[in-house]
Amino acid sequence: MKSLQERVLALRPSVAESVGRSALPFVAAIVLAYLVDAVLGPAVGATWRKILLDIGIAILLAGSLNIVNGYAGQFSLGHAGFMLAGGYTAAWLTFYGGIHLFGVKGAYGGFLGSGQLLFLASCLFGGVVAAVLGVVVGLPSLRLRGDYLAIVTLGFGEIVSRLVQITARQPTSVEDVKRQSMLELANNLGGSENFSQIPSYTTLFFVYVFAFTLIVFAYRLKYSSKGRGLLAVRENEIAAEAMGVDTTRAKVVAFVFSAFWGGVGGALYAHQIGTLNPAELSFQKSIDFVLIVVIGGMGSITGVVLGAAILVILPELAREFADYRMIAYALALIVVMILRPQGIMGVKELWDTGLWRKLVHRVKGGKS
Amino acid sequence: MTEPVAPASGQAVPAGPIGEAALAGKTGEAASAEKSGLALDVQQLSLAFGGLKAVSDFSLKLPAGGLYGLIGPNGAGKTTVFNLLTGVYRPDTGQVVLCGERIDGKKPSYIARAGMARTFQNIRLFGELSVIDNIRTAAGVRTRSGLFRTLFRTPLHVAEERAITERSLELLDVLKISHRQDEQSKSLPYGDQRRLEIARALATEPRVLLLDEPVAGMNTLEKREMRGLIQSLREQFGVAILLIEHDMGLVMEICEQITVIDHGVTIARGAPKAVQDDPAVIEAYLGVPDEAVDPAEQVPPPETAPRTDAPPGEA
Repeated sequence: MKSLQERVLALRPSVAESVGRSALPFVAAIVLAYLVDAVLGPAVGATWRKILLDIGIAILLAGSLNIVNGYAGQFSLGHAGFMLAGGYTAAWLTFYGGIHLFGVKGAYGGFLGSGQLLFLASCLFGGVVAAVLGVVVGLPSLRLRGDYLAIVTLGFGEIVSRLVQITARQPTSVEDVKRQSMLELANNLGGSENFSQIPSYTTLFFVYVFAFTLIVFAYRLKYSSKGRGLLAVRENEIAAEAMGVDTTRAKVVAFVFSAFWGGVGGALYAHQIGTLNPAELSFQKSIDFVLIVVIGGMGSITGVVLGAAILVILPELAREFADYRMIAYALALIVVMILRPQGIMGVKELWDTGLWRKLVHRVKGGKS
Repeated sequence: MTEPVAPASGQAVPAGPIGEAALAGKTGEAASAEKSGLALDVQQLSLAFGGLKAVSDFSLKLPAGGLYGLIGPNGAGKTTVFNLLTGVYRPDTGQVVLCGERIDGKKPSYIARAGMARTFQNIRLFGELSVIDNIRTAAGVRTRSGLFRTLFRTPLHVAEERAITERSLELLDVLKISHRQDEQSKSLPYGDQRRLEIARALATEPRVLLLDEPVAGMNTLEKREMRGLIQSLREQFGVAILLIEHDMGLVMEICEQITVIDHGVTIARGAPKAVQDDPAVIEAYLGVPDEAVDPAEQVPPPETAPRTDAPPGEA
């Protein structure tokens, strides 16, 4: 039988096909995000626009957590730590950097103007800082599994939160900020008080560009050898190693990749809500994302999107019962665990289900 | 350690005497072995769990394309030998040379990439994944795409993924489980799970394949199919096979050379017929031979398929 590499040359796609396969999904992500921003957003009104924003950010955070919890099967309870790291990093860059660069507080410039470019850079930089922390969490995960790993990641989230709490107060006047360099200001994250007046750059467009890009990446990962390697780690680590999957590397890559997108999600969150508080981005927040992943289906991309939508919309619809939110969450989790322990979608995607096939069949049948 | 049994004359594969030399003489010429067409050269491998010597001085020279057997009573340390070879355990002493490369002390994933694949006695499939994805996962070992190429779907990555699917489908066909392609692997019947394990191991493109009890729990018909399959793999994939099996009929019929271990110690080695008659082996399996031998435990003579490379002498 011919070996894999002997076959590769013959199976290379043409140039046109390569470009299409590689770039088209990204173009689609941008176009779709633009449509969400320009068409869907204005059409649904302010309340639902806010919900759409929340869903997009939840997709980013739960979708990135899904890489570690769902694909690689490493139960992490510290995802809010990455969100917090990304959020504070980005806020530091846009708030202080904005004052240093443009001399004003708040959003600066128009669509893709210099202010928004700074914001984009801050999102990516927030992701990078979170990714570095991902290495820090990824390394202990090599020796720990199950409950023990969950405890370590939980501890990580709390540590990051505490680190922010020991920083100095946030100077809010332009003059005070200008007196200090950016590096000095890295210690002025507001401590246990709020980091406020973060310019509100986050729009539906940016949220969904990142969210759709993550979905494209998550999809490509899942249906490739790299992703299957992660799934193999989850399914049977010993067999995965024996089949040549470097499980050590796979886990660290999963943590870093996941942390990066968690950081990006945190940056978008910070510039949406305008105020960061370390106590808010702790254990409780991590649990929210774990819930989305578990209810949606560990390892399922469409499941996570569905779970994010459900867990954002339901509390909005039941606002008068907001006090009982956590009870409802706990109950929902118990019910899901009893009735459908694999989550709504399991590891499957929407297009793997019988319902979808039937639908496709009917649509195709109708055309012909 | 009991003296090794001399291999019977008339072996079809020219490697019989090499194995003998390894056990008898402690010459240990690893360098020359690299050039002698050996797929696997194991020298004096030992491992102790605390005070218990699980494997002592295990040596084996498996020629390229050879089919050797490793037998022994329950708890003899056969699977431990596999775990040592594949890097699950790190040997206390000794060395393992795979196609000229020393691999002892390396990680299992490294050893798999170096060209050794295995199946597991207690089946270890990726249960939630589909049958074909189990194979694809293993085939992924031979790809060159990293995370970047994967995320941006470069032409090389696209071609590699296509090659993976193409090859995986062919493997499914060879192992006759094509009809189960999209089923979840944990829902497969037992026999098909064993076949899938072999397909998955082959997907890594091994030079040496370690099969741990491939016919355990199979009925006669399934066993016969599996026997034919194992023999065909050598030609089709050019792979050397080391086989652990309790089914003596199968081992005696298809293996060119058999190593017998008991309590981690090699007690015999040689051609099937010679091993079968070795007093040390009979003792290890049946106890001291002063009473009637249980006919059920007796090795049935290979009556169905007369082999050209069978040792001369009466059956």
